[in-house]
Amino acid sequence: MKNLKNKIVLFIILALLVASFVLFSFADVMQVISVLAIPLIIVFIPLYGYAKGVKVYEEFTEGAKEGFQVALRIIPFLVAIFLAISVFRASGAMDILTWIISPITSKIGMPGEVVPMALMRPLSGSGALGIMSELIKTNGADSFIGRLASTMMGSTETTFYIIAVYFGSINVKQTRHALPAALLADLAGIIASVVVCHAVFG
Amino acid sequence: MINIIWLAMIVIGVGVAGISCLGISISPLGIYFAPTFEPLSQLTHSLFEYSKFAVELALGLVGLMALWLGIMKIAEKSGLIKVIARGLKPMMVKLFPEIPPEDPAMGSIIMALSATMLGLGNASTPLGLKAFGDMQKLNKHKNIATNAQVTYMAMSTSSVTIIPATIIGIRAAAGSSNPSEIIAPVIIATAVSTTVAIVMAKILQRLPRYQVENYIEKDEEVNNEES
Repeated sequence: MKNLKNKIVLFIILALLVASFVLFSFADVMQVISVLAIPLIIVFIPLYGYAKGVKVYEEFTEGAKEGFQVALRIIPFLVAIFLAISVFRASGAMDILTWIISPITSKIGMPGEVVPMALMRPLSGSGALGIMSELIKTNGADSFIGRLASTMMGSTETTFYIIAVYFGSINVKQTRHALPAALLADLAGIIASVVVCHAVFG
Repeated sequence: MINIIWLAMIVIGVGVAGISCLGISISPLGIYFAPTFEPLSQLTHSLFEYSKFAVELALGLVGLMALWLGIMKIAEKSGLIKVIARGLKPMMVKLFPEIPPEDPAMGSIIMALSATMLGLGNASTPLGLKAFGDMQKLNKHKNIATNAQVTYMAMSTSSVTIIPATIIGIRAAAGSSNPSEIIAPVIIATAVSTTVAIVMAKILQRLPRYQVENYIEKDEEVNNEES
């Protein structure tokens, strides 16, 4: 009985999604999801928490306290990566690199400017975050490069670091196919970001 | 690795700026030199500007980070992860055939992946480490990764992300007119990368070169050399 209910709900959601893609353009649907996601979450989670007997206001402020620390924690990394990136860009070395790489990456519609970020991403999360911030500053947050860099940043992970920490915690030395599988997934995330950004932001 | 890249970027950058200070220009009539300090002084100017920007950016992030971490604290306390975990279970049982459905490892894998999906950040790391520890109890060769561990690893490094909070914060701090417009593209791109992660983990684990047996031999060789 419960199984059947779940299937009906899933079916309705899928039907709504398909219908919306038929009625509206892909870009419109994407925009509606992006607009609705945060309002839905900030009303749903506190309501759910209250229903479960959580002191919502007090817990919120408890969690919010950490916001300042998180922001402060990234400053040294931002300064370090901005140092390298600003020297690399201001000297013209970035232009040379972009000039070499872009004939290859432009085949999949990826601007050469975001290539350094894609290369940095699996190695260092804070490093890639720094490059993303720099791209946003230089090109504007609402430029195609700014949007693509943001999407790529959100779609991939600091793979090397995570593999090292997780397998290190249980003393596994032979990680077998973990690295190739995870890196291929990152590559898929990067290519998917480029394709989706072209479809949504054009 | 990161040390070398960081250093190389600085050295190459300063080097390129130094060379362009010579002001070499080549024309059909010959090679001209027009020495100038312009590229190097520009480089210095850009350095100062960016280090200031790093702090502005981080401070601009404080408010949004606080807001999001507050909401996530409520999600954590209300046990929302458990509800999501219950919904994911049938799928997870299929993805991790090596793990008995009632084993504690199954529970901790589902909890950890649910937390990653919600973007719980710091709260999801201990859950992930616990999942790894529970999977390790089922591992026959303690220093060789199991199929389940690799599948979990690939899934969590490519995890579906619903709200990329830090990125939205940085976009807002940099003056975007619509910082959250990247939510849907990120959901789709991560759905693709998670699918690829699962498929790749399942394909690669069948390849001869990744069989556990190979690693047992290698391990013994190492041990023999040591003794």
